[in-house]
Amino acid sequence: MSDTVEVPQARNFSINFGPQHPAAHGVLRLVLELDGEIVERVDPHIGLLHRGTEKLMEARTYLQNVPYFDRLDYCAPMNQEHAFCLAIEKMLKVEVPRRGQLIRVMFCEIGRILSHLLNVTTQALDVGALTPPLWGFEEREKLMVFYERASGARLHANYFRPGGVHLDLPVRLIEDIGAWCDPFLVVLDDLHNLFIENRIFKQRNVDIGVVSLEDCWRWGFSGPVLRASGAEWDLRRAEPYECYEEMEFDIPVGKHGDSYERQVVRMEEMRQSTAIIKQCVEKLLGPGGQGPVSSQQGKIVPPHRAEMKRSMEALIHHFKLFTEGFKIPAGEVYASVEAPKGEFGVYLVADGTDKPYRCKIRAPGFAHLAAMDFLCRKSMLADVSAILGSIDIVFGEVDR
Amino acid sequence: MDDSLKSLGDHVAASLPGAVISQTFAHDELTLLLDPARLVETVTFLRDDPACLFLCLIDITAVDYPGREKRFEVVTHLLSPKYIRRIRIKVLTDERTPVASLVDVYPAANWFERETYDLFGVYFSGHPDLRRIMTDYGFDGHPLRKDFPMTGYVEVRYDDEQKRVIYEPVKLNQAYRSFDFLSPWEGSDYVLPGDEKAGAKTP
Repeated sequence: MSDTVEVPQARNFSINFGPQHPAAHGVLRLVLELDGEIVERVDPHIGLLHRGTEKLMEARTYLQNVPYFDRLDYCAPMNQEHAFCLAIEKMLKVEVPRRGQLIRVMFCEIGRILSHLLNVTTQALDVGALTPPLWGFEEREKLMVFYERASGARLHANYFRPGGVHLDLPVRLIEDIGAWCDPFLVVLDDLHNLFIENRIFKQRNVDIGVVSLEDCWRWGFSGPVLRASGAEWDLRRAEPYECYEEMEFDIPVGKHGDSYERQVVRMEEMRQSTAIIKQCVEKLLGPGGQGPVSSQQGKIVPPHRAEMKRSMEALIHHFKLFTEGFKIPAGEVYASVEAPKGEFGVYLVADGTDKPYRCKIRAPGFAHLAAMDFLCRKSMLADVSAILGSIDIVFGEVDR
Repeated sequence: MDDSLKSLGDHVAASLPGAVISQTFAHDELTLLLDPARLVETVTFLRDDPACLFLCLIDITAVDYPGREKRFEVVTHLLSPKYIRRIRIKVLTDERTPVASLVDVYPAANWFERETYDLFGVYFSGHPDLRRIMTDYGFDGHPLRKDFPMTGYVEVRYDDEQKRVIYEPVKLNQAYRSFDFLSPWEGSDYVLPGDEKAGAKTP
């Protein structure tokens, strides 16, 4: 018998993070390979929420497809509808009237705040703070009531339509949105004091998940993650759509590109969004913002109910639009918007019928999650949830 | 905007003779159809050339045209943040011929190519990890192909006797009705579904 003691071979340890982990932000299964507490490899398994949206869209008319976009990033439903409507409008060369544009911009910014509030506060929850989500959700609730008052639904709005928006807003609603803005800035200050300056929040987030700007581009990052790394890149500025050109807002930019700065950038973006909402409210209530909310082309936008009772042509248009739908001439187009999470794009291939031949949805979260392995390597296990929270993943859009 | 994109297409075609098969310009967007053999070379040029600088890979996907000999168009979107321009590049392939992977040029291509492989069955040569990504573990088929039925082939349910989730062939109480909405009353030159007998009577 030899007197050498057999040392057991140390081996890496694999654990499953999710799919039912609260910090996985949905149905993400992360297979983590650990060496002690150091993450050696991350293999995200996605697709648990795959609903085949792109396949389903090929069997439905363009108008029937709009609600599918609400179900992608369900934290900011109208922003995705916007991309689809822009793609259709680009192909059909339809102009949206000014009031329609203002309403769209206003609700896109409401969507941005909805999404950022959810992300910033639940990321704080992931790193140990319980109160921020409770404070943030109170404001989200108010915003969802605005959604409901405009469209009838708190989440799946189906409000943006090709050519404009579905219905005009009542004056009271616009005034209420305007009245919501200033108190919300106070709430943002409270949230800031509550956890952005908090010592534990900083310890958990500063210098965690650092990405250089060069890597950001290589990995296809966009939105706040990219801006936190120092790029002054915002599609609202770079490729202005709707009436963003006339809006005054700043683009917050970070320096280090760590988890903490991403959250700080999001907090500042909410302030800027509130400023845009204020401008929209002012313009919508002013004389320049009056008029129709959607294009007057009867071949694309259905007529008003009252008009249908009197005009034969309107009745025919209504019938044709809701049975056959409008047709888009053959061609292909890519339209993108600055969604809260980054660049949300729609690549639409039309074949001249009333249904899309192919519609590819480019979700920002997909590119962010694809870099999970790159972001988490050699970091600690506890940092995985902080990084995951800071890249703002919503499974509706990642899995589609 | 228009002219700069057009001259960009010419610039690429002139710098890499033979790589660009055709360029189309529609809806203010430039599309280059590339020779598949020179895809990586061209994309690397687009990324590094000081007049292009397409640093960011936006998207890779495919479009299926079952009638064509090379049925898949693999479509890549690139973005140049410096010049604020976008470009779309395409290569044609079929079920068997692999397309060169762009992972070495843009790491972001990894998942986009996995997704294209999963949903269309397009192979990418040189991809480090070409696994399925969207569909279920053990899934069979490529759902976004046009010959794949929208309802799929299998459905899952929890079986109380076996105490586990089981897979069964799809059983629909009512078949999915695909209505032909394309203006039947404007004088259709084809037989409407369900209307076959009516057509036979008229001489």
